[in-house]
Amino acid sequence: MSEFGEKFTISNTENIPGRQVTEFYGIVTGSTVRAKHIGKDILAGLKNLVGGELKGYTELLGEARQEALRRMIAEAESMGANAVVNVRFSTSSIAQGAAELFAYGTAVRVE
Amino acid sequence: MNPELVELAIQFSPVAFLLVLGLVAGTILERRHFADIRVRETRFRSLPAVTFSKPPADWAVDGCGLVAGSVVVSLDYFKRFAAALRIIFGGRIKAFEPLMDRGRREAILRMKQEAAETGYDAIINVRLETSRIANANGSTTAGVELMAYGTGLKLRNPLGNALPTEGA
Repeated sequence: MSEFGEKFTISNTENIPGRQVTEFYGIVTGSTVRAKHIGKDILAGLKNLVGGELKGYTELLGEARQEALRRMIAEAESMGANAVVNVRFSTSSIAQGAAELFAYGTAVRVE
Repeated sequence: MNPELVELAIQFSPVAFLLVLGLVAGTILERRHFADIRVRETRFRSLPAVTFSKPPADWAVDGCGLVAGSVVVSLDYFKRFAAALRIIFGGRIKAFEPLMDRGRREAILRMKQEAAETGYDAIINVRLETSRIANANGSTTAGVELMAYGTGLKLRNPLGNALPTEGA
């Protein structure tokens, strides 16, 4: 997830290794709900016959997760944080064919 | 030959065709995928991915960031059929075990790939997650998503020969 650049750090550890946390801002969250494209669904249905990776779904979920992270980071930046620690992901099927991708963590300021 | 039997055979031939297709193509694809996974695992052996939440004290960390890898995999038609039968009787469902294994290893490899591309030398606090992807009609499982994520570390002193790079 290098696209967020050098100035903003995200990690799923409790601290940023090698750096000192100076301030805590609290929880930040980001989420997105996505449904599959009907065309992709049909293609995946065909791929389901022989098994293996369903690339369309992999990409869809990967993009959705990036979007959730972006929203989480936007929230953290608006608080004045320069890092998010202890990031967790969760995925839930909220309706038929739709899934929520959710990312959350603790916004902090590191030296 | 009994005409009723012929009619029955014609009626079920598409299903039989799909079962054979699933069995043959699914087995070949799975074998190829496992071979590919083994090759890439050997290549990435020098980039350790561990579940400790803190780096060992002697690692001089020079930067870090989140890395993740995920894959959605599904069973072939034959295995899905076999699993559906097995679910009636209960017990170990062998069809699913290699699927989860290859998905998880693929996810870890993709995470390592991302870490290597970003310039990280190790990954700590690795977490694995599984979620089921439902079809639009909701009745059947379209696939399973396996995901791996962790914190990639850039080290000032590369790990060097801390881990064996060949063998095993």
